[in-house]
Amino acid sequence: MKSIITEPMIPKPFRIHRKLKETHDTYTIELESTNGADGFPFSAGQFNMLYIFGVGEVPISISSDPSMPKMLKHTARSVGTVTKALLNLRRGDILGVRGPFGSHWPVEEAVGNDVVIVAGGIGLAPMRPVLYSFISHRDKYGKIILLYGARTPEDLLYKKELELWRGRFDLEVKVIVDSASGNWRGNVGVVTTLIPRIQFDPLHTVAMICGPEVMMRYTLKELQNCGIKNENIFVSMERNMKCGICLCGHCQFGPKFVCKDGPVFCYDHIKELFGKREI
Amino acid sequence: MNIAILECDHLQILLDVLRKRGYQVIGPTLGEGAIVYSDLNSTANLPIGWTDEQDGGTYRLKKRNDKALFGYTVGPHSWKKYLLPSELRLWKIKRNGVSFQIVTENEATRKFAFVGVRSCDIHAISVQDKVFMNGQYIDQHYTSQRKDTFIVAVNCGKAGGTCFCVSMNTGPKATFGFDLAMTEIIEGKNHYFLVETGTELGAEIFREIPHKQANEKEKCAADDILRKTAEQMGRSMDTSNIKDLFYRNHEHPRWNNVAERCLTCANCTMVCPTCFCTTVEDVTDLMSEHAERWRKLDSCFTMDFSYIHGGSVRASTKSRYRHWITHKLATWIDQFGTSGCVGCGRCITWCPVAIDITEEVHAIRESETVIGKQKTIVKEDIHANTGTLSGRTSFFKRP
Ligand SMILES: Cc1cc2nc3c(=O)[nH]c(=O)nc-3n(C[C@H](O)[C@H](O)[C@H](O)COP(=O)(O)OP(=O)(O)OC[C@H]3O[C@@H](n4cnc5c(N)ncnc54)[C@H](O)[C@@H]3O)c2cc1C
Ligand code: FES
Repeated sequence: MKSIITEPMIPKPFRIHRKLKETHDTYTIELESTNGADGFPFSAGQFNMLYIFGVGEVPISISSDPSMPKMLKHTARSVGTVTKALLNLRRGDILGVRGPFGSHWPVEEAVGNDVVIVAGGIGLAPMRPVLYSFISHRDKYGKIILLYGARTPEDLLYKKELELWRGRFDLEVKVIVDSASGNWRGNVGVVTTLIPRIQFDPLHTVAMICGPEVMMRYTLKELQNCGIKNENIFVSMERNMKCGICLCGHCQFGPKFVCKDGPVFCYDHIKELFGKREI
Repeated sequence: MNIAILECDHLQILLDVLRKRGYQVIGPTLGEGAIVYSDLNSTANLPIGWTDEQDGGTYRLKKRNDKALFGYTVGPHSWKKYLLPSELRLWKIKRNGVSFQIVTENEATRKFAFVGVRSCDIHAISVQDKVFMNGQYIDQHYTSQRKDTFIVAVNCGKAGGTCFCVSMNTGPKATFGFDLAMTEIIEGKNHYFLVETGTELGAEIFREIPHKQANEKEKCAADDILRKTAEQMGRSMDTSNIKDLFYRNHEHPRWNNVAERCLTCANCTMVCPTCFCTTVEDVTDLMSEHAERWRKLDSCFTMDFSYIHGGSVRASTKSRYRHWITHKLATWIDQFGTSGCVGCGRCITWCPVAIDITEEVHAIRESETVIGKQKTIVKEDIHANTGTLSGRTSFFKRP
């Protein structure tokens, strides 16, 4: 293994170029490097550690298009100290970035196959780079299906893009919410109920799941029932992270380090661990 | 390997030579009611004539009836105190108009010479070397500290009550990872060290100290001491297929049993010479102009350790103990190609309620043999049943 002796614990300053409100508690922030035109190459599914001056640092997935490394985006939900501070920053403010870290979605490996993407809540954020990649190489893949579940219609991310994607003849996009008020005309229920309604070639399908652990568990079962092989199912795991570079021990998931071996795992490699309690 | 004799009185010269070469010499001293690692400028500061008595949850200093310099085993400190300091400032950051500027302080500034490193601890250092210097990313501070560290090993002339290095294949004799290794020998009025050189630097430094070649008798005396130490181990652990033992027993009644005793105080992780988990803390001044990031030793026994939005992944005591011991003895092997346990016994001695890693392994293993026996019996029963049913097997036969 080649060792990286740069300074992976030192955040690099990035400026907030744009801040876009997605929902009442979720924003997408677009970053630009402060030292000119430097791009930020990454792979779909990787994450950065974002540092807010004096407050702290949190892992956030990159949600932009990997083919546009100069436009680095993250979509974050405000849930606690650091994410709140992050989303209180304004255009022009500086934050620190370390990364990109971790494994990526099997974008290349999926070539020639049908693809089923199942996302729950903020789990759509790390999926968006995958969708961008698929769309820009549309002819390389079979069917591309996105199933997306959120709590309420107000919690849906990337609404404009979702509508755009849904309008395409070469993408199948299904959206569902847990509950909705009277003027929602879409699906209501859990995301797994969408699976029986789609068609794909189970032996030649790659599935990618990202969302809360329970949601991933049920989705996985449903996809297995459809006949997708374990080695073609990929999930993204979440653990507490302090370093992102396999030195602090926090992100352990059995023998795996989520920051290095994950966050994206082939289900076949973690099937002994997945779903076990308190591991 | 060159083997020589160093008279006890000449050990001071070794310390002086090391200091002259710019090393900060660290070694065992008496302090805090225990044997702890601290600056060692004079052999007079060694715990001369002292020993320790250790057992589950117990540590006591006792006088020896000789003037041995190293007549004890390991105390609550380990060398990670120096290589992986409990608190380390990683960088300082200053607002600079619209941007910020980071000042790093990752380079180690001191050169350490560790005197009196036991074989288990050499293994522990080598385990941490794998964690911090062998992966895709390298820990800068550890690496720069480590590359300049001079190691004088001391082979153990006595085993402690909680020692099990023989089971872990990590002692009592240092076999690698040292610049010099010494065995202390006291025979009546003769008090000397049998010294092996492990590196060119070790040999070079040793040449500056008066010594003589060791004869066969002296070599045998050292071998004898080490053989006796190996026979005295206070604890033992059966490590056969230990990884699978833990992977198989993620659910086991023993975890509830240990959870009733464990206080999640984190002592075991603090005294463990291989435990490496850290957290970071960001601090800032009142004006929010300057901030700092500190790395601090952390423990998987705290609730915060596995906290993600919504709660801790390992909320129960049971899961935290299970995580710790499974990491030490099983997942560590997958992660770093070595056990995370070196058999030093510190976690047993310093556990306030005397939870004993060797006992927990034993309990889980034993339960399997018992269950295993039951299973075999059950199996036999099943076989017996199929026997009696065999006449009806045609019932299920398909043409
Ligand atoms: C690989 C990865 C990718 C992620 N991508 C995104 C994303 O794209 N968008 C997004 O909104 N969130 C994402 N998260 C979750 C995000 O990191 C947490 O919401 C965030 O750490 C919460 O920090 P806080 O200080 O605001 O919350 P608090 O509840 O105040 O958290 C205190 C501390 O606990 C830890 N922590 C809390 N929740 C999590 C968590 N879910 N995961 C890891 N550590 C946590 C952090 O160290 C945090 O500083 C991701 C997490 C991981 C592991
Ligand atoms: S986040 Fe530190 S080891 Fe993975």
